Amino acid sequence: MSVAAAGDAGDFLLEARDVAMYFGKVAALAGVSLQVRKGEIHSVIGPNGAGKTVLMNCINGLYRPQKGDIFFKGRRINDLKPYQRAALGISRTFQKVEVFGGMTVLDNIRLGRHIHLKSGILSGAVYVGKTAREEIENRKFIEEEIIDLLEIEHIRHKPVGMLPYGLQKRVELGRALALQPELLILDEPLAGLNLEETEDMARFILDVNEDPRWNITCLLVEHDMGVVMDLSHRVLVLNFGIPIMDGTPQEVQRNPDVVRAYLGEEDLYATRR
Amino acid sequence: MPHDDRALAVSAEEPSAEIPLELTIPKLFLEKARRYGAGRVAMREKEFGIWRPISWQEYLDRVRAMALGLIRLGLEEGDKVAMIGDNRPEGLMAEMAALCARGVAVWLFQDCLMDEVRYIVDHSDAKFLVGEGQEEVDKALSILKDCPKLKKIIYDDPKGLRHYKQEALISLAEVERLGRELDREQPRLFEELIAKGHGEEIALLFYTSGTTALPKGALLSHHNMLSMGRHLMQIDPCEETDDYVSYLPFAWIGEQMMSISCGLQVGYTLNFPEEPETAQENIREIGPHVMFAPPRMYEQMTRTVQVKHLDSTWLKRQAFRFATWVGYRYADLKFSKKPIPLHWKLLNAAAYLTVQKKLKDHLGMSRVRNAYTGGAAMGPDHFRFFHSLGVNLKQIYGQTEVAGISVVHRTGDIKFDTVGRPIPGTEVRIAEDGEILTRSPSVFKGYYKNPEATAKTLKDGWLHSGDKGFIDDDGHLVVFDRTKDVFTLKDGRPFAPQYLETRLKFSPYIKDAWVVGDRRDYLAAVMCIDYSVVGKWADERKLNYTSYQELSQMPEVYDLVEKQIRQANRDLPEAAKIRKFTNLYKEFDPDDEELTRTRKLRRAFVEKRYKMIVDALYSDADKVHIDTAIKYEDGRQAHIVTDLKIVTIRD
Repeated sequence: MSVAAAGDAGDFLLEARDVAMYFGKVAALAGVSLQVRKGEIHSVIGPNGAGKTVLMNCINGLYRPQKGDIFFKGRRINDLKPYQRAALGISRTFQKVEVFGGMTVLDNIRLGRHIHLKSGILSGAVYVGKTAREEIENRKFIEEEIIDLLEIEHIRHKPVGMLPYGLQKRVELGRALALQPELLILDEPLAGLNLEETEDMARFILDVNEDPRWNITCLLVEHDMGVVMDLSHRVLVLNFGIPIMDGTPQEVQRNPDVVRAYLGEEDLYATRR
Repeated sequence: MPHDDRALAVSAEEPSAEIPLELTIPKLFLEKARRYGAGRVAMREKEFGIWRPISWQEYLDRVRAMALGLIRLGLEEGDKVAMIGDNRPEGLMAEMAALCARGVAVWLFQDCLMDEVRYIVDHSDAKFLVGEGQEEVDKALSILKDCPKLKKIIYDDPKGLRHYKQEALISLAEVERLGRELDREQPRLFEELIAKGHGEEIALLFYTSGTTALPKGALLSHHNMLSMGRHLMQIDPCEETDDYVSYLPFAWIGEQMMSISCGLQVGYTLNFPEEPETAQENIREIGPHVMFAPPRMYEQMTRTVQVKHLDSTWLKRQAFRFATWVGYRYADLKFSKKPIPLHWKLLNAAAYLTVQKKLKDHLGMSRVRNAYTGGAAMGPDHFRFFHSLGVNLKQIYGQTEVAGISVVHRTGDIKFDTVGRPIPGTEVRIAEDGEILTRSPSVFKGYYKNPEATAKTLKDGWLHSGDKGFIDDDGHLVVFDRTKDVFTLKDGRPFAPQYLETRLKFSPYIKDAWVVGDRRDYLAAVMCIDYSVVGKWADERKLNYTSYQELSQMPEVYDLVEKQIRQANRDLPEAAKIRKFTNLYKEFDPDDEELTRTRKLRRAFVEKRYKMIVDALYSDADKVHIDTAIKYEDGRQAHIVTDLKIVTIRD
């Protein structure tokens, strides 16, 4: 995977500066900085409890960091609520799927599209003219771009709760894509998937990143090192809330500190308890 | 029809006007497309959730562009064009284009493994390979260096192919663009090419899914295909306004027969499902007028109905039981060709209104005039099930070598243990050793590059099928089985194991069965449970399992399977009853070469592979130890160590 696709230095879509987050006296993040360039797949790796998900939550607005600044497209977004950040173009998936189990696949994905719906309550009640047109346009987008991409035609009308885990993960990705985000946060998209599902998911991530119709910048948290090293343009390594390094996959793989952090995982656990 | 020669069966109908020998598939296509033009729908494809029509004009325009594009890329007369992919309009158009450009079409099963693709592409001397998307392109690229005759790989879905820069690759859109360019330079070329054709020329090179050896390439002429379609349509006419759903592999001759031989002559609309997984749902949306599928499709439908029935509420179960009881009686009365008493008619009407109508709708069979099954033996239980619903299901008999089918049931003259009578223009004779021989205008031209096999199969115009059978008192053909698959029972009687296997498969819990016992003291069976149905059954009983292997070996599951075997054993003569069985730790799979691509059991192969199990079934052992390696599609290996229980069935 080449790094050439990424933009110039300084052309950051997302930048986190010295972000720190404490739960009581535990430092989940102790001054983490991260720069994501437009068009790249930037991975965050680290042992369990390294603070990866906390960092994601800070970026997407579920958590408010006590220290540091987060910029999206050059704008400081620390004080924005999650839905405001979504409107700016940040969407995400969760480590454990957070879908609406009782709703169909289509409805789940549609829900992700709500920020693109402009018509009001009154015209919605009448459903002619503008609302109908808007509905058709959005439905077209969902069918042609999302359902076709994710190959979920056969489950379109199935309730999500009845589907196997691998497909639920796909639906969640579909909902995140429905926002047409500029930045997609993927929190362990491959966890719990079998080999075939993993390959499919990796393919989808590459597709939305590379396909000119999407060109989505991805922030990826993942444990599957094979996939991370294959897909990523850059990798940030965290350990106990402390950034160890940020570099290309090759650089990361050569760094002895990283290797130690991973190999020493069990020792670290032991000292923590 | 009276007949004095017990070994000969002919059609009761006179053949209608024969097809002129000059007529080719492209000539017919051009004529139809011009007649129907933009005003009629030739095909529909469900895409992005909506059925999208393709008019005959559009069909013609695209085929013209593709055909000329192939010419521009160097296709010469008689060159082979191989095709692989799901059923979709582009697949059929590519085939039609290959024929219009005076090429020969070769279809591959989509799930063919690399070795099979390599063998067929190489053996057929294919110059072009038309794939659907990335999966097919990957397969084609990996065999490219072994198949020097393959010049271009054409794909129509660019998804995932962004970084593919190989020179041999070209998109279908680009081929069409080249074709349109050539069309502007030589606007008469397309029509001239078609006019050159003759019916006796080869149209298709189709590889048969041999249960025994390497696939053989059967050469079929335009005339073979067209006469076959004409004769079938003479018996069961279809109309222009009919709908047909094309979802079975084009590499299966039955699908060619319905989509091309019959479809083109009648001009009915072909409908293509969105994805293979949505086929059943899409069939329901279309409600086709005619259906042709191998027994496994009908078996699957039966299984679905039975499982859903078990899941439903008490009242619905009672209604279903009532309706099937009436339906079976009514169907049996019809089979016996006796006048049906009024009260049965009334009862059947009630069953129709309450249950059958809905059920037929769910199966997509509300409008089916004729449903055909063929390609393998179908159990009488399945057969009766569909007739109990009022579906006019007919058996057919045929093979790739007669361009589809040669024998079929007539409406009102259906016997579920026969395959009916020859279609017009066809003679069927039984040789002295019981082999079924066929002579008709549809009998193929020989095997490609295999004169020995051709000589063995074609003698004086008679096709030697390798199947055994006889002709019964009503002039119906009864197909026994593949000659070498017929057993001799302990009491000396011949016996077709498939008969028992299909009986066993009527149980929704059984996915596959393999009966052994040729010249043995008793019959035994190796069973493959249906993972989803038995899995659900186990869930309801709070039985824990993690894999097929574990589930199949649970004592409760053995009891369940034993019950199903007892059911199948009922009413069978002593020597034909299954005495011992075991549950296999996996399902039979074409990828493991246990089944053919059309899901027929390859007996010789499984016998070799599972010799240990068969030996154990004929010993005193109560279990057999398995220690084997299995290979996954992606090349990984897994080690399986397990004990299979051997269960003896007592009366």
